[in-house]
Amino acid sequence: MMKVKSLVLAGLLAFAPAMALSSPALAQDNAAAAAAPALATPVDADPRSSDPGAPADSADANVANASAAPAVAPPRMKPTPGIGMPMPGEITLQKQFTDTGETARWLHDKMLLPLITIISLFVLLLMIYVMIRYRRSANPVPSKTAHNTFIEVIWTVVPVLILLAIAVPSIGLLADQYKPAPKDALTVKVTGYQWYWGYEYPDNGIPEYVSNMLPRDKAEANGEPYLLAPDNRLVLPVGRPIKLIITGADVIHSFAVPSLWVKMDAVPGRLNEKSFTIKAPGVYYGQCSELCGARHGFMPIAIEALPAEQFDQWLLSQGGKVGGAAEAKTAAAPVAGSEKI
Amino acid sequence: MTTITADHHGASDHGAHDHHDADHKPAFFQRWFMSTNHKDIGTLYLIFAIIAGIIGGAISGLMRAELAEPGIQYLQAWAQMSDGPSATIDQAYHLWNVLITAHGLIMVFFMVMPAIIGGFGNWFVPIMIGAPDMAFPRMNNISFWLLIPAFALLLGSTFVPGGTGNGAGTGWTVYAPLSTSGSAGPAVDMAILSLHIAGAGSILGAINFITTILNMRAPGMTLHKMPLFVWSVLVTAFLLLLALPVLAAAITMLLTDRNFGTTFYDAAGGGDPELYQHLFWFFGHPEVYIMILPGFGIISQIVSTFSRKPVFGYLGMAYAMVAIGVVGFVVWAHHMFTTGMSVNVKMYFTAATMVIAVPTGIKIFSWIATIWGGSISFKTPMVWALGFIFLFTVGGVTGVVLANGGVDDVLHDTYYVVAHFHYVLSLGAVFSLFAGFYYWFPKMSGRMYSEFLGQLHFWVFFVGVNMLFFPMHFLGLSGMPRRYPDYPEAFAYWNKVATHGYEIMAVGVLIFLVNVFWSLLAGKKAEGNPWGEGATTLEWTLTSPPPFHQFETLPVIEDAAHH
Repeated sequence: MMKVKSLVLAGLLAFAPAMALSSPALAQDNAAAAAAPALATPVDADPRSSDPGAPADSADANVANASAAPAVAPPRMKPTPGIGMPMPGEITLQKQFTDTGETARWLHDKMLLPLITIISLFVLLLMIYVMIRYRRSANPVPSKTAHNTFIEVIWTVVPVLILLAIAVPSIGLLADQYKPAPKDALTVKVTGYQWYWGYEYPDNGIPEYVSNMLPRDKAEANGEPYLLAPDNRLVLPVGRPIKLIITGADVIHSFAVPSLWVKMDAVPGRLNEKSFTIKAPGVYYGQCSELCGARHGFMPIAIEALPAEQFDQWLLSQGGKVGGAAEAKTAAAPVAGSEKI
Repeated sequence: MTTITADHHGASDHGAHDHHDADHKPAFFQRWFMSTNHKDIGTLYLIFAIIAGIIGGAISGLMRAELAEPGIQYLQAWAQMSDGPSATIDQAYHLWNVLITAHGLIMVFFMVMPAIIGGFGNWFVPIMIGAPDMAFPRMNNISFWLLIPAFALLLGSTFVPGGTGNGAGTGWTVYAPLSTSGSAGPAVDMAILSLHIAGAGSILGAINFITTILNMRAPGMTLHKMPLFVWSVLVTAFLLLLALPVLAAAITMLLTDRNFGTTFYDAAGGGDPELYQHLFWFFGHPEVYIMILPGFGIISQIVSTFSRKPVFGYLGMAYAMVAIGVVGFVVWAHHMFTTGMSVNVKMYFTAATMVIAVPTGIKIFSWIATIWGGSISFKTPMVWALGFIFLFTVGGVTGVVLANGGVDDVLHDTYYVVAHFHYVLSLGAVFSLFAGFYYWFPKMSGRMYSEFLGQLHFWVFFVGVNMLFFPMHFLGLSGMPRRYPDYPEAFAYWNKVATHGYEIMAVGVLIFLVNVFWSLLAGKKAEGNPWGEGATTLEWTLTSPPPFHQFETLPVIEDAAHH
């Protein structure tokens, strides 16, 4: 019964994205409203209207409300400035929270960036030297040298060696990024729609729910960055391998979260896979990164990474089951300090 | 490169022919609308490219204005102009996509290509190889005139429905299925047809250049004595000939998917959206070399002329371009690193892409070696060429960063990519265009440009474009995606800087236009060779402007200068 209800809800949301903002809010929002009313403004104008029977402190609305022992969704996590989001005037890559992200950022920051800076400055210095040394007033009679095999071999071979030096860690990074996820990885199906995202947990029995951008006033009331904050986040566990199966429903979108070094196109008719493990709890923002029509710039992504036990609690609160278990455990007590990053 | 010295007897003959030739200039309509003269067609191409460049540049001005601050400031008002007073916010967002699409297509197909290949190629390839004209003069004419309906179709497409609003909002890449099921209405069909026609014109032009260069070289002008600009156009023409038919096939399948129910790019019918991307980029990557290779050729001529030295490592320079052309055909999928390709494919395209840095490095260092030991005069064309060498290096090294498939995962489709390709195109191809324009302006018009305005143009433009595009690296690194009309508060600072950079650059363009008009009207008369002993290619043996028909007696290229 409750599955049917949530399916209907997900279907409604999927087919009427515009309605999503005014339809009954999903668990996250209500939980946020209950736990941190001052910070989080639920998307629904009146979150409890759809859920009159639920106690105020466990307003995990749409799915678990009919359950005899309702699980409480963890409160909506507050983002930390500078973590998982760009900062004003920033000139570098965002801080990374996956192993491959850290390797890739190292490759860029410690190898590629110094190298290209040195090469550019080397060319600039050479140019400044020749421009001063061989200006007409300083060197009225030009030389006639037009060949020098040795120097030509040098400037062919040295770049080859530099490129080889780059290629080794670069190919290694690719191998790391493509390591298949282990069997116990959490699988989430991510679907790009015009213009919102849908998230489904097939192994945990959580049907697709959708994620729309928060309007400016709601985002600001939530203390979240406008244009980056969606209403419902993709909730993932920390420290557990994750396998995203990414596809597009209408046109090509691209699921991108810079601070996790994730960018994978959501192509209709294809299932793309992306595996990673998040290293720390936090809210990691991203944006659609393939032109997908009018509101391409307005379908943000947010991943809320929760510690394992809170994640399980969240799964239960959504009516899902933990780790493929046949039955839901009784709800765990809310974990204190859930907002730690 | 061997120094090419024209037979002086032949050269003075042309002076004598001048008056005779002038008598045979056709009347205005015949001369400009039914032209078979490579120089007149070249002039038409240049005028067309300048007009298209102003339109494409104005569009980027609209974009920079909107992006100056977070929030939607102007789009809604502009959408009301194009979609009627009841334009919705979605139509405003669609208009944004129309602007980015039009800017890309206009700059690539209607500004850079016509200017660099149609304009300078037409003007100087026949002269530099000692030929009287192109091999197929009438085909040359149709190549140009196909551009007009193509441009009209593209501009016209912005006034007809293209999905959410008027105009084609698919990006210049026209990816399916956004361009098929995602864009109802005739706008995308018109844009596709526009590409078809422009592409057909380019293929005809390529055939013409290949035939001309291979068959119409003057006695003694062996392939290995051809000026590097001619080499660059030869390589470019082969790239055009091989790449454009693939684009034509790809967009024809788009058309049938859109209109006749085929499913080449629709998985539901057994097709694949990725197929379109592979076909598009099989064309698209050579296309970026099509835009820059003739620029390489121009820079080689200018650096040699103003250093009074032959080009260093001539053969290496020529074959580096050939190598870039060949390797350029086998690296296309680095534009598709995030589409979900397998790890082996991604490793291959990473490695292959980095290989291109080697011949490119050869070119950069050979230019510097050409200057080394020279006697440099810093005339306007040389200043632009020096600017090109440095800025192209900066654009090139960020290409090496992007070549790494694992790193590209975070930079793909961000402003880092926008910065990269504007450094190699807007600061590469366009700098070479300005360099070539100032270099050959006295030859083409018979008048000297204003040296002061030329230098001023350079410095204003140089500061402007760097301020415009360098901050985009920062935006990309911190994660700002491309093709966004609005952005989070965090990206505000560098966007503001970039918009100010655009304003400075726009002033530079105004100075350029003033210079052109002033010089055409009041510029001092140019000698046959205003650049002195460093200018050794055949165009400088002719009067400025050259006679209507040059080389009625073919020049003989002496081997004596070889050393």
